[in-house]
Amino acid sequence: MAGKVKWVTDIEKSVLINNFEKRGWIQVAENEDWNFYWMSVQTIRNVFSVETGYRLSDDQIVNHFPNHYELTRKDLMVKNIKRYRKELEKEGSPLAEKDENGKYIYLDFVPVTFMLPADYNLFVEEFRKNPSSTWIMKPCGKAQGKGIFLINKLSQIKKWSRDSKTSSFVSQSSKEAYVISLYINNPLLIGGKKFDLRLYVLVSTYRPLRCYMYKLGFCRFCTVKYTPSTSELDNMFVHLTNVAIQKHGDDYNHIHGGKWTVSNLRLYLESTRGKEVTNKLFDEIHWIIVQSLKAVAPVMNNDKHCFECYGYDIIIDDKLKPWLIEVNASPSLTSSTANDRILKYNLINDTLNIAVPNGEIPDCKWNKSPPKEALGNYEILYDEEMAQSDGSDRDLRSRPGQSIGIKGSRARDSGKPVLTTWK
Amino acid sequence: MMLEQDTGLSLAIAQIVQRLKGSSLHSQLERQARGSLHKPEIKLESLKEDIKEFLKTSGWEKRLQNAVYSELNVFPSPCHPAAPPEHIKEPLVYMRKAQGSWEKRILKSLNSMCTELSIPLARKRPIGEQKELLNKWNEMGTDEPDLTLFRPVYAPKDFLEVLMNLRNPNYENGDQPSFRNHLGLIQVPLKVKDIPELKDYFSELGLNTGQLGIDDSTEVPPELFENEHIRVGQTVLTEQDSAAAQQYVRQGCPTALRAELWALILNISNQPEDILYYEQLKSNVIQHDLLVDSLIYKDVKLTASNDDYYFVFEDYLYQVLLCFSRDTSVLEHFSYNSATPPKSYIRGKLGMEEYAVFYPPNGVIPFHGFSMYVAPLCFLYHEPSKLYQIFREMYVRFFFRLHSISSHPSGIVSLCLLFETLLQTHLPQLFYHLREIGAQPLRISFKWMVRAFSGYLATDQLLLLWDRILGYNSLEILAVLAAAVFAFRAVNLMEVTSLAAAEAVLADLSTLKVMPLLQIFLFATVT
Repeated sequence: MAGKVKWVTDIEKSVLINNFEKRGWIQVAENEDWNFYWMSVQTIRNVFSVETGYRLSDDQIVNHFPNHYELTRKDLMVKNIKRYRKELEKEGSPLAEKDENGKYIYLDFVPVTFMLPADYNLFVEEFRKNPSSTWIMKPCGKAQGKGIFLINKLSQIKKWSRDSKTSSFVSQSSKEAYVISLYINNPLLIGGKKFDLRLYVLVSTYRPLRCYMYKLGFCRFCTVKYTPSTSELDNMFVHLTNVAIQKHGDDYNHIHGGKWTVSNLRLYLESTRGKEVTNKLFDEIHWIIVQSLKAVAPVMNNDKHCFECYGYDIIIDDKLKPWLIEVNASPSLTSSTANDRILKYNLINDTLNIAVPNGEIPDCKWNKSPPKEALGNYEILYDEEMAQSDGSDRDLRSRPGQSIGIKGSRARDSGKPVLTTWK
Repeated sequence: MMLEQDTGLSLAIAQIVQRLKGSSLHSQLERQARGSLHKPEIKLESLKEDIKEFLKTSGWEKRLQNAVYSELNVFPSPCHPAAPPEHIKEPLVYMRKAQGSWEKRILKSLNSMCTELSIPLARKRPIGEQKELLNKWNEMGTDEPDLTLFRPVYAPKDFLEVLMNLRNPNYENGDQPSFRNHLGLIQVPLKVKDIPELKDYFSELGLNTGQLGIDDSTEVPPELFENEHIRVGQTVLTEQDSAAAQQYVRQGCPTALRAELWALILNISNQPEDILYYEQLKSNVIQHDLLVDSLIYKDVKLTASNDDYYFVFEDYLYQVLLCFSRDTSVLEHFSYNSATPPKSYIRGKLGMEEYAVFYPPNGVIPFHGFSMYVAPLCFLYHEPSKLYQIFREMYVRFFFRLHSISSHPSGIVSLCLLFETLLQTHLPQLFYHLREIGAQPLRISFKWMVRAFSGYLATDQLLLLWDRILGYNSLEILAVLAAAVFAFRAVNLMEVTSLAAAEAVLADLSTLKVMPLLQIFLFATVT
């Protein structure tokens, strides 16, 4: 019986099932012996909960880390990044360097964000500094653009203030919790339209951190022209680029689905803005993804049975600075167009090739570093082991006190892509 | 012989001087020269030489050179002074006639649509409507006018039928097929280049010359070619020399330099007066509604709006194409285009020449796929006025030839014949096979060539192809590429047994790498 992987999924998506079947894997029920379980985030909660107490054996693999929400819940992600920055600052790391305005030079990549109701007073203080700004309210635990709205007056969120005074600890865990973030009101527009980037990132282990970037990300375009005027605040089609929302817009096109490949974006930016700034932008995108992962790595339960494929949402502003908006644990596997189906099928295919090498019965104790040929459209984004051996080499050669590791190899000014220096 | 050449040259000089006299460059040069009189280095005793020197060092001489170069590129060299103007448009009478009757058909179709829908060719917009249009100028794509009743005036395949029926009345085709016959769809005898001539003409595409699109791939270290090529490109830009730029782009443009290099070759500088001119066209659009606007809308909605690469630029396409239809400066190109701008008459004055106006004002009736000529340029220019000028120049230099019947080597008839001849000569088995199963290759490749491959290739590849169009000031590369695509897919095509199957094999060109295909076809095939 050796050889055939037994799989389960609670997400009935053809891009998954076709991939399993292609490998000759055998479908089994959840309560049978399985080797591979592609599960929703609801299920992962049960699998690792104290009560149910599954014990995974060495030949079992799942597609989430137990507490992935440290990264994928908006409030926790921001909290972890804030903590990470403070720690680096305390260590005196050059990464935590600040500019004359007190802003982090290298770590200011998430829009100013507060939890509501917990941080209501902090938020009000910040809001008053800049009363003409627009803020975006998102419920902590929801995805696909549900429950999101924009505000530009304090009165619009009064109801979160009352709770904050009475019982802040209750509301923190409650589903009513929101994050409020400064709205990027100067997004880069292409063809006059706003867009965000959806990039796929695979993490095979957090300690040491090893992550891969999928080359075939895409831009999601708003179908309606962008106007920053406040009268349009209610028109969510203008502001949100989630396909789930855009699909309801009248102009949604079912041939391209408002999606543009990252290679198109690169061609456009390089043609209209030049090569250097384009390279710098993509370097910075890679940088903020790695930093976000490093921020959560210490708190992540680095269970050896787990890997995870994240959907990163990034917005680029008109100064070509990328902003991390959020990270999704279950990026949509629904295909909106034919090209989308191909992309997602290949995404799963390449993900499985890394997570389950050769499609054989997994052994979670393997060293998790696949050969280069097995990466498909993934490329190594960061490999902590390699970076450290690299970094210590460098350290031996360089003067003491100089930065090591990523910062040292980051080469901001040399114009060389980060990736090549990390590999 | 010498004498003839001399007369030809002096005629050409006279023609260029004549044209530049009325240009804004002329008055600018004059102003500069007059202004220079106050400079200490300008001496009265050597006035002429000093002013020449001043124009040289201040860069104005270069601008004059570029303008002359541009004239040389665009306008045909003058023929015998006694030749009538229609000779410059098209020397062959039967071609002129064919173009004339094709235009009549287009007009008839346009007129009948007007009558059917009872829509005027043009009308002034009421003030309210003008304001509304002005407000949504940047988002015309969100407008969803009901266009179900409109249909494109014609599509490439209608045009192909016309070209297939072209005959030279002085040429005995003979009904009996013989080895002499051309077995393709095009039955007119025109001189087209054979492979040795093409090799010679496109010599910079040869195996021993560095090429962007080949030698910049990730496997090739950039030190070998790319870095040096980029450095040269930057020098060309600093020098602002059109001729050097044109030679340079034959090896391909680095992505980051392409927009400026193309502008330099096309002699487009986007001066304040050019921006003003564009704004003027825009206000013409706002004031008047034309029937062709609906055709443009319809075309964008049918093509670019559904395109994976170009949908993002939908609004830019309206901003360019609507202005283009109002631009009377486009009429100038009809002096060397076999086509003649259609005329319309003011109501009730039909046939009275003094009441005739060109319609649309630029004389160009858009057809299905027209907007794809603009779409790839949106990747290079984000300022509408610059995008506009680049497109207009590309149109009056190149694209008009792809839908006019003429004997010009870059004209669509010659391209079709070149394509068929290349296939018939170099892939005879494939050619006969496809012909036998009723899948004449031109039926598949015609649309590629009419659109200059826009919408068929991935954009980066398309831009590499258009680099060469600009570099060689010729569209012949389109026919070569079409043949190269067939050669590349020859094995699969030999297996098909129907037109539909052949079309399926060639349905998706978006993964093709243009430069290797061209290079292999031209230089690496044993012939």
